[in-house]
Amino acid sequence: MIGTIAGRLGQLLLVIVGVSIIVFLLMHVLPGDVAQMLLGDHATPQSLARLRAQLGIDRPVWVQYARFAAQALHGDFGISLQTNHPAFDDVLIAFPVTLQLTLASLSIATLIGVPLGVIAALRPNSWLDNTVLTGSLLGVSMPIFWLGLMLLLLFGGILGWLPIGGQMPPELSPPRITGMSVLDALFTGQPDMIFEAIRHLLLPACTLATVPLALITRITRSEMLAVLTQDHVRTAWAKGLPARRVIRRHVLRNALIPVVTVIGLQLGLLLSGAVLTETIFSLPGLGRLMVDSILSRDYPVVQAGALFIAVVFVLVNLVVDLSYSFLDPRIRRA
Amino acid sequence: MSASVARRPITESPAWEAWNTLTRRGTVRVGAFLVLLFIALTVLAPLVSPYDPTDQDLSSALSPPSFDHLFGADQYGRDVFSRVLFGTRDALLAIVVADGLALGLGGVMGLVAGFVGGAIDAAIMRFVDILLAFPYLLLALIIVAALGPSLTNALIAIGIVYTPQYARMMRGQVLAVRSADYVRAARALGSGRTRLMLRHVLPNCFTPVLVLATLQAGSVVVETAGLAFLGLGAQPPAADWGAMLADGHDYFLSAWWIATFPGLAIFVVVLGFNLIGDALRDYADPRRRQ
Repeated sequence: MIGTIAGRLGQLLLVIVGVSIIVFLLMHVLPGDVAQMLLGDHATPQSLARLRAQLGIDRPVWVQYARFAAQALHGDFGISLQTNHPAFDDVLIAFPVTLQLTLASLSIATLIGVPLGVIAALRPNSWLDNTVLTGSLLGVSMPIFWLGLMLLLLFGGILGWLPIGGQMPPELSPPRITGMSVLDALFTGQPDMIFEAIRHLLLPACTLATVPLALITRITRSEMLAVLTQDHVRTAWAKGLPARRVIRRHVLRNALIPVVTVIGLQLGLLLSGAVLTETIFSLPGLGRLMVDSILSRDYPVVQAGALFIAVVFVLVNLVVDLSYSFLDPRIRRA
Repeated sequence: MSASVARRPITESPAWEAWNTLTRRGTVRVGAFLVLLFIALTVLAPLVSPYDPTDQDLSSALSPPSFDHLFGADQYGRDVFSRVLFGTRDALLAIVVADGLALGLGGVMGLVAGFVGGAIDAAIMRFVDILLAFPYLLLALIIVAALGPSLTNALIAIGIVYTPQYARMMRGQVLAVRSADYVRAARALGSGRTRLMLRHVLPNCFTPVLVLATLQAGSVVVETAGLAFLGLGAQPPAADWGAMLADGHDYFLSAWWIATFPGLAIFVVVLGFNLIGDALRDYADPRRRQ
C-alpha cells in the first residue's frame, strides 16, 4: 500500500510540473509581448528593452519558467493588477466560497442520487425506474446556467421565497473565520444568521447539483443491476436471507465502489464547474474570480487560480484513486 | 463461399441491423427528429425567421411574447424568436469545429501513439495525461485567457479540451486492431507503414470514435454556450444562445423571455444528441444490448 502511494505521489509531481508548464506557456508566451502591451505603441526601443529586462522576459524561456516555478512554490504569483493584493491571497479568499458550494451540491446529489438509483434498480422497467431514468437524462442535458436562471426566476422572482443572489443579506454578515458563510454563521450561534446563510446557499447548491445528481443516479442504478445478477447474490437469496440484508450487505456494498469514484471525480470537476453557478448567483467564488481576471487581463490572478485549481483537482483524484483500492480488497491485492 | 458472402443481401449487413435495432427505440426517433430539425433550421433560418436577428427596433424593446414577437423582444427590440433560430448556426458551428477539431487532433495523436509505440507513444500519452489533469472548464478558460475572448478562440479551446478522450479511445482501438491477422497479412505482403496505418488500421478504428463524437456533441454545445455566457465566447451582437443568455441574465426579473428561449433551445438540442448517443453507446456495448 505504501509503495502504491509513493508511486502515485511520484506521478503526481510529474503531472503538476506538466500542468505548471502549460499554465506558464499559456500565460507568458502566448499573449505576446507584455512590455509592448504595457507601454503602448509609441514606446522607444530603449524603454521597451529596459522594461523587458526588469520583467525578466528578455531571458530564455526556460530561465523564465524556472523563475516562475520557484516563485509559485512560495505562493508568489505577483500582485493582482485589479486589487493590488498578492494574487494568491485573492485566490485563497475566494476558494472557501467555491468549496462550500461544491460540497453542498455534492452532498445533495449523493443523498438524493444514491437512493434513487437503488430504488430504480430494484424495480427495473417499472414506471418508477422509467421516471428516474428520464429525469436523469433531462438532468444531464440541462445547461445549468439556464436552469439556475429559471430557478432564480421562479423562487427568487415570482414566488419571492429565496434571495436572488449573494451569500448573505448586506445588513447581516458573520465575522470571517473559515470564509464559508454557513460555517461562519454557525460559529456565531445566531439562528437568523444561520437561517439566512442556508437560504442563500440553497438555490446555487441545487443548481450545481443537477448534473452530478443525474450521473450518480445513473451509475448507482447500473452498478446495482450488474451486481444483482451475480452468483453471490443468488446464493444469498437461496440461503433465505431477508431482502434488506441481501440488498445492504451483498449488493449495495459492491455496487457502491464505482459510485464512490464517480462522486470523487465530480468533486474535482465541480470546483471549476462552479464558475457558471457563481456568475448567476453573484457569489464571490474562485470561478468568478478567474473569469473577471481573464476579462480584465489580470494575468497574475489567472495563473494563481489556474494552478491552484489544477493542483487541488489532481490531489482530489489521487485520494479518490487510493480510496478505491482501500474500499475494494480485490484491487488492493492485485 | 466467398461469392455468397459478397452477395449477401443488404438486409443482413451489420449496418442495416444496427439501423433497425436503433430506430426501433422510440427515444432514438425523438432524438433523431430533434437533431434533424436543428440541422434543418441552420439552413432554413433566413426563410422562417420573421425578422433579421440583428435588426433593432427600440419601440418594441423588452416587449413580452405576442403575435408580433413570438418569443418577445430583447433590450434593443431585437426579435428573440429570430435570434433563437439563427442561434442554431453557432451551435452547429460549435459541433463541427470544436468536436471536429478534437476528433482530428485526438484521432491523429491516438493513431500515431498506438501505431508507432515506444517513446513517441509514451510522450503523447503523458501529454494527454497532463491535459486530463485540468478540469474541463478550467483548461478552456485559460486557453481563452491566452488567446483572447471570441467565438473562434472559444471553439479552439473547447476542441483542445476534448482532445484527450479521442486520443485515448483511438489509441486503444489501434492497439486492438494493430495485431489483427489481416494487418499482419498486409504487412507480409509488403505494405509500407503509412499505407498500413491509413488503409488497414485507421478505417477499422473509426466506429467507436464516431460514437464518442455523437456523445460529445451535446456537451460541446453546452460548453461553448457556457463560455459565451461568461463573456468569453461569441461577442455581441451575435445571435448566439450563450450570449443571449448573458443578455437575459441582466434582465431576467423584468424580461424573462430573453434568457428562457435560447436556454430551452440549448436544452432541446443537447437532449436530441444525448438520446441518440445513449442508444449508440448501449448498442456498441454488448453487455447492455438487451
